Amino acid sequence: ERKRFYQNVSISQGEGGFEINLDHRKLKTPQAKLFTVPSEALAIAVATEWDSQKDTIKFYTMHLTTLCNTALDNPTQRNKTQLIRAAVKFLETDTVCYRVEEPPALAELQKNEWDPVVAWVEKRYNVTIGSSTSILGPNIPASTKETFISHLASYNMWALQGIEFVITQLKSLILSMCLIDRHITVEKAVLLSRLEEEYQIQRWGNVEWAHDYDLCELRARTAAGTLFVHLCSESSTVKHKLLQD
Amino acid sequence: MAALGAPLRTLRALLRELRHAAGRSYRDSPAYRHVVAAFRAHRVTSEKLCRAQQELHFQAATYLCLLRSVREHEALHREYHGRGERSSQEVAGLVGFRLPQQPGGKG
Repeated sequence: ERKRFYQNVSISQGEGGFEINLDHRKLKTPQAKLFTVPSEALAIAVATEWDSQKDTIKFYTMHLTTLCNTALDNPTQRNKTQLIRAAVKFLETDTVCYRVEEPPALAELQKNEWDPVVAWVEKRYNVTIGSSTSILGPNIPASTKETFISHLASYNMWALQGIEFVITQLKSLILSMCLIDRHITVEKAVLLSRLEEEYQIQRWGNVEWAHDYDLCELRARTAAGTLFVHLCSESSTVKHKLLQD
Repeated sequence: MAALGAPLRTLRALLRELRHAAGRSYRDSPAYRHVVAAFRAHRVTSEKLCRAQQELHFQAATYLCLLRSVREHEALHREYHGRGERSSQEVAGLVGFRLPQQPGGKG
């Protein structure tokens, strides 16, 4: 663990975007590239992560920094097509499509909590997904996959890294799309992703050092991923309305 | 749109989290200033369902979730997973033994 070696954290605007300064040094990625982000709000949030470190730097709490490093370095060396394919492939094993038959209480809970989000996504994107109790999972039509592939293609590379990250955390493309489209909050998405765990916790009890630990970590990562996607794909303009006399 | 509640509540909670994260001079931090400015800028609108306002609120709620979860996660980590392994002295002491002292080497 590294000690905090800087006093001040600040942001500056360079040629490629916004940069983070730790005292007079410019922040670099693990692969020694200059750390630049396209959005000022994102830079501010990253700077806040660095400024919140107390005596030691806890990299495992700096999720936005990690996401930016991944976007800049692209360590898995995937291009846009490969990222999209990885994301859409998750639909075949989507958590909310995999249903149990026993115990009946859990099956009922899955139906009540997951059916609405599946229906919402089906309606919003005009696709068929369905759910399945078989071990093979649901049969996703090719047209459904095509729809998601072309929808995800409208996002830039940075946002896509974020989307793929959220999908990997929640283990669900459907929940991720609901989240990105602002249909549900992060807390709700995480709850739905962990539905079976929550059911077992209700039944058998909560173990703070395991359950809450995992819950907080999943919430933090999912929130970071979602924020990252939105900050990388937005452009805000302020329109001033003229006062009418 | 997700069920978010009152924007003022989210804003207050978010500023509180920023205070936890930053410490004494949190009001001068770029994050604090940015959040306050963003909320002010979106306050005045004649539309009842302003989309930009809702998007900002969702973003603020997401950032609040991030800060809160990181803080809670770190607290749990410190409480339960921070101590590391016991030394062999401590382990011996657990069952009432002491490590043997041998001249010229470890026990």
